[in-house]
Amino acid sequence: MDESRRNFLKITGTGVFGALWGIPVLRAVGKAFESSPKALKAKRWAMALDMKRLGRDDVRAAAAKACNSAHNIPDLGIAEEEVKWIWTEEYEAAFPTQVDKFTPEQMRKQPVLVLCNHCDRPPCVRVCPTKATFKREEDGIVMMDMHRCIGCRYCMAACPYGSRSFNWRDPKPFVRQGIRTDYPTRTKGVVEKCTLCAERLARGENPACVDAANKVGGAGTIVFGDIADPNSEISRVLRSRQTVRRKPSLGTSPQVYYLL
Amino acid sequence: MYDTGKILAGLVAFIVVATFPLWFTNLFGSPSARPVLELPKGEKKCVEDTEYMRHWHMNMLDQWRNEVVREGKRMYVSSDGRKFEMSLNKNCLKCHESRAKFCDRCHNYMAVDPYCWDCHVTPTGE
Repeated sequence: MDESRRNFLKITGTGVFGALWGIPVLRAVGKAFESSPKALKAKRWAMALDMKRLGRDDVRAAAAKACNSAHNIPDLGIAEEEVKWIWTEEYEAAFPTQVDKFTPEQMRKQPVLVLCNHCDRPPCVRVCPTKATFKREEDGIVMMDMHRCIGCRYCMAACPYGSRSFNWRDPKPFVRQGIRTDYPTRTKGVVEKCTLCAERLARGENPACVDAANKVGGAGTIVFGDIADPNSEISRVLRSRQTVRRKPSLGTSPQVYYLL
Repeated sequence: MYDTGKILAGLVAFIVVATFPLWFTNLFGSPSARPVLELPKGEKKCVEDTEYMRHWHMNMLDQWRNEVVREGKRMYVSSDGRKFEMSLNKNCLKCHESRAKFCDRCHNYMAVDPYCWDCHVTPTGE
């Protein structure tokens, strides 16, 4: 065939036109997607955890239990395969940069409630090859899209807080509190973590741990809100009290603050 | 040409054998049993009309999951203006409560094996 420019353009043009022809078929039905009118909205969600009140075992246990049952978290009973969204660390493990040789033993062993920090510059998002984990630009939540996760575990290597867990096996038989059917479980081979209860925010509720901790430990045990709004409760608390964040020198800018 | 008769007979025999699946099913076969779905009892109309759902539900569910997980939008406005929560568990499976009597019947017939059920558990625990 004559390999002229004219012929090339003709064939390419026909091909492109043909391909475009098929697209409207998929989009034929009128489709609109809306966010729920009840949804809680913010420019930047953040959390402030009262360390003293969360030193109480029953308050931390209530927060963790609420999260576990809300999200079908399995209890595998194997430390290496543990799946955790919110859990307890000792002070020296949670805040290694805040500990020196004079730190009293009692302080080192102080239990601290930890969860995903929903960083402003999340390293897990930078390394994810499929964008299965991503930062929601509208409110700063670091989300997981389980449908896209290929289980490479780069994010687990990247996260300096150990906030991510891999499913080494089908978690369903290990959901000991009973599977709730209004929230999906996970499958073997994906990484999971705290999503700041995106599904609860969408129906106008606070994250499960916040409600549970404030119920048992009293209002203000966990303050949750919009730090982009200077008049929100959390903004006022953060301005008025001394806070620490986990490993701030790494530059991830965690958005979970600990009130001293 | 030598052996015309034998060659022609051979050709005819070959065509008869090679096209066996075509003429045999047309002459003697009975149509295979089409899947019969158990439809929801209370509800008459799905989010879109039946024909559309039959052909495009998989694309729709793909789009729903992207809107919900990635865009944070959870309400679907159908072509006739009704609103639904885009949730497999809380919307679709509320009416189509039995996976075995609805989803699986077609999926098995078509020999497709979607992995929705690896994570999403139906209200009846399937």
